[in-house]
Amino acid sequence: MTAVHSAALPFVEGLARREVRYQACTACGHAQTLARHACSRCGATALEWRRASGRGTVYSRTEVMRAPSPAWRALVPYTIVIVELEEGPRLMGHGAPGLAIGDPVEAGFFEFEGRTLLRFSPPGGDA
Amino acid sequence: MRPAFIAGVGNTPFGRLEGRDALDLMAAAASAALEDAGRPRAVIDGVLCGYATTTPHLMLSTLFCERAGIRPAYAHAMQLGGATGGAMIMLARELVRAGRCENVLVVAGENRATGQARDSSIQTLAQVGDADFEVPYGASVPAYYALLAARYMHETGLTEADLAGFAVLMRRHAATHPDAHLREPITIEDVLASKPIASPLKLLDCCPISDGAMALVVSATPAADAAIAIRGAGQGHRHQHLSAIEDTTNYGARDSSRRAFAEAGLAPADIDLLGIYDSFTITLAILLEETGFAPRGGCARRLRAGDFALDGPLPLNTHGGLLSFGHCGVAGGMAHAVEAFRQLAGRAGDRQLPGRRRAFVHADGGVMSSHVSLVLAREEP
Repeated sequence: MTAVHSAALPFVEGLARREVRYQACTACGHAQTLARHACSRCGATALEWRRASGRGTVYSRTEVMRAPSPAWRALVPYTIVIVELEEGPRLMGHGAPGLAIGDPVEAGFFEFEGRTLLRFSPPGGDA
Repeated sequence: MRPAFIAGVGNTPFGRLEGRDALDLMAAAASAALEDAGRPRAVIDGVLCGYATTTPHLMLSTLFCERAGIRPAYAHAMQLGGATGGAMIMLARELVRAGRCENVLVVAGENRATGQARDSSIQTLAQVGDADFEVPYGASVPAYYALLAARYMHETGLTEADLAGFAVLMRRHAATHPDAHLREPITIEDVLASKPIASPLKLLDCCPISDGAMALVVSATPAADAAIAIRGAGQGHRHQHLSAIEDTTNYGARDSSRRAFAEAGLAPADIDLLGIYDSFTITLAILLEETGFAPRGGCARRLRAGDFALDGPLPLNTHGGLLSFGHCGVAGGMAHAVEAFRQLAGRAGDRQLPGRRRAFVHADGGVMSSHVSLVLAREEP
């Protein structure tokens, strides 16, 4: 699986192996959201990818009724969540229906149009 | 540095304008602005134009100038999403203040409604999301703003009915403007019952996709009948992507508005007219609170008190905003400044409000990603 931007390659390769990864700064230890070229807290450029537990908390959620393309339209309605990982960074993913802000979740995976993507569910539920 | 003024403005109607491309629309708005400013083309020595998704040209400003018969000494296009118009006005002011230009034409237009399929437009806009972390999940701009809304409502207690009130207000104001895209009155019940898009946002919480254009002339010389100065300007850029938002009390608008007010030597209490970016009802609610025109969680209380109505102390988006005047991209975000100029200059026709002297105008691009704030003031001779 190929990342659109090379900075995100370790994250996208992690998903293909069913691992959740996040970027951390080797200078100040800050764990950051997305894939960047410098630490968003201290500015250092020595960053590394770490494996996350996959556990986190729902930060926000929406149920999408109007999909952006025909492929997605077949799946409507679907839930998109922003999850705050227990390590700190936030990640977008799909979510189990009915999730609410503050709910504990754990990461699972699904395949869509050649990519492995995240789907968050209540812990112990079917991922 | 010398002051910079808005000397004249022009626009096309917004809506579905069949058979006109982005350059046709830009040229029409530009001609109207030059006429309003009472300036011939020959005095335009600077041109800034906004991008058009339907005309992704490498040098849109040069192309526009060739078509419009203008040979400026300074020209380029800009891209900053919905904040582009605000950023162009800010730059035009800097070019005038620094003495680089005397008369800068700021123009944008796009046939966003009729020039492409709706899916194509929605997919283009969705690219403001992260290509690897966000876009693959089938998100769209409404879904990004829905996630923003759900969190903000969770933190502040703002309700769906509160948001609906802003859609109703924008429609009421648009009904007074002959060029607005959507003018049929709506009620809070209509908004709440409209088609679900991405919870908590319904169709009437979202702006329409329109065709249209806006233009204005920023000059070292004010209009003959009214000196409307751009007294302060400021920007704020804290993130690009929704996932990366760190502080829901400062998406960037607090930074930009404080910078603009500091430069103008004014405070929110000095303002008597508002032009605030309103791509969605939630955008408007958050920006009103973050820029200091309502306490956090308090915008709906001010709305219900009538404070933002045409006869209130802080009339808001008297043209109807993006939510009802319409949204054709960059020009949609310029419309707030164009309307503020008309109200301050006494050129708003049937919509003219009495005694407005100082306007605050704010634009945001992306997912509350880029912010530009402007303070406009009527200077007494």
